[in-house]
This record gives sequence, structure tokens and C-alpha cells, in this order.
Amino acid sequence: MSLTDASLAALAAQLSAKSVSSRELTQHFLDRIGTLNSAINAFVTVDAEKSLAEAAAADALIAAGRAVPLTGVPVAHKDIFCAEGWLTTCGSKMLANFVAPYDAHVIQRFKAAGMPSLGKTNMDEFAMGSSNETSYFGPVKNPWDPARVPGGSSGGAAAAIAARMAPAATGTDTGGSIRQPAAFTGITGLKPTYGLVSRYGMIAFASSLDQAGPMAKSAEDCALLLNVMTGFDPNDSTSLERSKEDYTRDLDKPLAGLRVGLPREFFADGLNSDVARAVEAAVSDLRKLGAAAVEVSLANAGLAIPVYYVLAPAEASSNLSRFDGVRYGYRAPEYTDLNDMYAKTRAQGFGAEVKRRILIGAYVLSHGYYDAYYLQAQKIRRLIADDFAQAFKVCDLILGPTTPGTAFRLGEKSGDPVKMYLNDLYTIPANLAGLPGMSLPCGFDSHNLPIGLQLVGNYFSEATMLRVAHQYQRATDWHTRMPTL
Amino acid sequence: MSLSQDDVKRIAKLARIEIDDGEAAATQGQLNDIFELIAAMQAVDTAGVEPMAHAQEVYQRLREDVVTESDRRAAFQAIAPAVENGLYLVPRVIE
Repeated sequence: MSLTDASLAALAAQLSAKSVSSRELTQHFLDRIGTLNSAINAFVTVDAEKSLAEAAAADALIAAGRAVPLTGVPVAHKDIFCAEGWLTTCGSKMLANFVAPYDAHVIQRFKAAGMPSLGKTNMDEFAMGSSNETSYFGPVKNPWDPARVPGGSSGGAAAAIAARMAPAATGTDTGGSIRQPAAFTGITGLKPTYGLVSRYGMIAFASSLDQAGPMAKSAEDCALLLNVMTGFDPNDSTSLERSKEDYTRDLDKPLAGLRVGLPREFFADGLNSDVARAVEAAVSDLRKLGAAAVEVSLANAGLAIPVYYVLAPAEASSNLSRFDGVRYGYRAPEYTDLNDMYAKTRAQGFGAEVKRRILIGAYVLSHGYYDAYYLQAQKIRRLIADDFAQAFKVCDLILGPTTPGTAFRLGEKSGDPVKMYLNDLYTIPANLAGLPGMSLPCGFDSHNLPIGLQLVGNYFSEATMLRVAHQYQRATDWHTRMPTL
Repeated sequence: MSLSQDDVKRIAKLARIEIDDGEAAATQGQLNDIFELIAAMQAVDTAGVEPMAHAQEVYQRLREDVVTESDRRAAFQAIAPAVENGLYLVPRVIE
């Protein structure tokens, strides 16, 4: 198997056998980025000198016998993570000149593991979008069809992996931003239980929903990355104090006795027939592997989008108030007084979608509307979480489509926010409840576009989800398919 | 419920985002579409339901009251739009 297509375990084995160095491996992927990025726009910042210096440091660790499991394997980082000395733009003009003065906890973890950075990946502005079209740095193209979107907001990360410009990448998921682009590009991505991965240094969108996670070519790769990314961090007040888990521990266990719940609401009207067929075929594959399927109900799941578009903008309007042109980032060139400086800086620095969400948030939190919107949304959030708790009494994990359809065309939905929002119908409920969710490839539609299968587990059941996904990937080859570039 | 153009301008002012009449008109339609989507919530009976603010039942941790951070003022101010003598510069607010 070539370096381009190798699993993380295979790359780590070659590094440890010294049949390839981290510098060679990193250079290999930098070369692929150099060839492919102008067409795909997956990376917004590439700095070969920095990447190769980190690779040389990894080689020194390997030579000194101080390597840990993935030492020397390069990864790409979503441009939402502060990385010291790297431009960290969050896809926005507001931060187009922002060189982070410190490392996010996630970045610290990858550095501690000796894993070089391949650069920063493109994303929807401040992670607000489902198509990567809101990026200040231009849209990312889907490697399966450059006329289509890769999904968002972690669209650059997903496209980079699909095009094999990076063996793996970090992403973040507030309402589906890891899972939806993973589905659209035929890769595997996991959003962990809220609180497992530190949010320190990850530019905040909606703090009660934001969670970072791995994106890669397989469930096994995601398990290895999750081992690197998770862990308690005192710098994040919502980081969970739990003992460290090995997420690869159950990968090889068979599925006999496993109960998979199929929420009838996820197979209702509006689901594309190719997607429905592929997901049903995956259910029958899992049955052959020994799992049993049961029907469950998530009666309030249909309210997830309305609830999300109150809560996420409310939190965003508060989080994004820090961008005022005073301490970092963009400042308008001309203004009359302090308030005018704020107003012009924010008018010029934020794109249209970010402004819309700030306005929604400011409105639903304003006097007289708080109870009707914000509090009502928090109450329905509880009902949605309770539905999951009921479902998990009769099943071990929930399965359905990741998205109602496959990758849409660039420009197809960008003029109509509501149409764009409806795309996250199946992914948002897990964020609201704080549950882990993942997407893995389970087929192709009639346009040869990848289809994603979503798994949602109970709190802290990542090892089970990864086991199911890994067993499925041992029995199928959807995850090994590559776009022709 | 429907937002008027004046509502949009008022919210934009609250959010410290300058907006002109053309933008306010375009934004008004989009926000009203979004609020129409959100309105589905209003039909739900939530009497007696405890609001859920957060995915985990977390509470603020306490730590010893000791210095944990080093002084990195120079690094942080190096990326600021305007500084002088260790201070962030903004337009004059007091005459």
C-alpha cells in the first residue's frame, strides 16, 4: 500500500521500522497539497518549513526510542484551533491577520505525541455553515465532484482527507460540522461526548455544543486519534475529569448481541431514496454481523433545528462580542468614535451568515423575548435529550442517515439560509443532548457521490461506536474508495 | 411574529454591527424566514420541564489561589491593532 493511502497504524509501523522518516512522510503529503490544493482549496495556510521542522523533531524522538503510538504521522488542523506562530483565521476576515500566541489544548496533545502539522484547513466562517461557502477564503470543492460542496463547517478537513492530501485531520462539530462533511466526502469522522476533548484554544461558536473530534479514512484511525485528543484539561471549565480510555480496545470484538436502534423519525419524508437504500443495506450488513435492529422513536427530534437556531446563535452572539477591533484581529481603517469603531469593525470583519446569527442571538436574548425563545428552546432541548435516554433503554446505539441527501452543488443553497439549515436535521440532536455521534461511508448515490451512515451512542460509548464502525468497515470497502483526481 | 426593518436596525445596534438600509431590508426577509422556522417551538407544551443549559451537569471547579500564568503581555500586544506603552489604544471616549 502506498503512503498516500495507508492507514495511520500502517504509517506508524513504517515509521517505527524506520522504512520511512517523518520528514519524508510529511514532505510526501506537502507535495500532494502543493499539487491538489489550487483545485480543492482545502488548506488556507501551508508552511512547509514549520511542518518539516516538526517532522524533524518527530524523527529525533523516534531515533531516541521515545516515540508514542502515532509519533511522526502528520495531521492537518482545522483553522479554528489556535496554534502558536500559525495564522489562525477561523475562516474569517476578522482574524485574517491573527497569528495565535498560544496552542489550543488539542494542538498541545498532537505536539506532545510528536505529530507534525500539515497546515490549517479551510472552514465555514466561525464554523457557521454546512457547505464551506461562508469561508472568507473561498469555498472548498468536493474532491468527488468539484462543482459540489464538501459540506461544512469542517469541509477543508474532510476534502483534504478524501483527496489524500492528509492522512487525518482535526475537526469540530457544533451541529454536525464533523459528520456532515465526512458524509459528503466519503470519510469517517467522530464527534465525541461533550466534554471529552478540551475546548481550550478552539475558537468558540456555541460553547455548550462545540466539541472537537477526529476525521480520517477509517474508524480504526479515528480511534487512534481519539486516544491522542481526549483528556482532562483544567483550562476548559467543562472538561470532564475521567480516567484515560483506550478507544481501540474493543475494535476487534464481534457484534453478536448488539442492539441497533432505528429512529423512525430519521427514515421519514424528505430522505433521499438513494441514501435510504444505502442505510437500509448497512443495517442488513450489521444484522449479518450479528447485530439486532429495533425500532425506536425520537419524537422531538424534528424540533432540533428550531431549538438549535435559538441556542447556537444566542451563545454565538455572546462569544463573538470579543471581536471588537481592540486586542487582536481586524480593525476598520476609518471611524469617528469608539462605538463607530466597534460597529464598522464588526460590519466589515464578519460575513453575512455570521452577522445573521449574531442578530438572531441578540434578539432571542433581548428583554421581552428571552422566555419565549431562549428558555423555551432550553426546555425542548431537555425533551430531546430525554427521548435519547428512553431509546437507549432498548438499544446500544442509534443508527440512521447522516444527512437527508448527498453533496449539493455550490451555490445551490447559499442564497437561502433556511434551506441550508435543514441539511443538519439528523446531526443536531446529538449535539443538543451532548451525545457522541459519528459518520462513516456506506455507499454511493446515482451521481457517484458518497453516502454517510450515522451512529449516535450513549454518553461515553465511543469505544462501542468505533467497534461497530470498524466491524462494518472490515466487512465492506466503501471507506477505501477514492475520488479520481 | 414578524420583524420590521426598524427592529433589524435596533438589533444590529445592540450587536454593534453597522447596517445600512439596503442590508437591513435584505436581512429582514432572511431573519423572518428563520423566525418562521423557529416558531415551531411555540406549539410545544413545556410546562414543568426543567430547562437544559448544558449537556453535562457541570459546575465550576475551584483551584488554589496561586499564580499559574506567566506575563505574556508583549506577545499578546504584538498582535493588537494599536498599542502604546503597554496599553491598548482606542478612540478617545472622555473629552
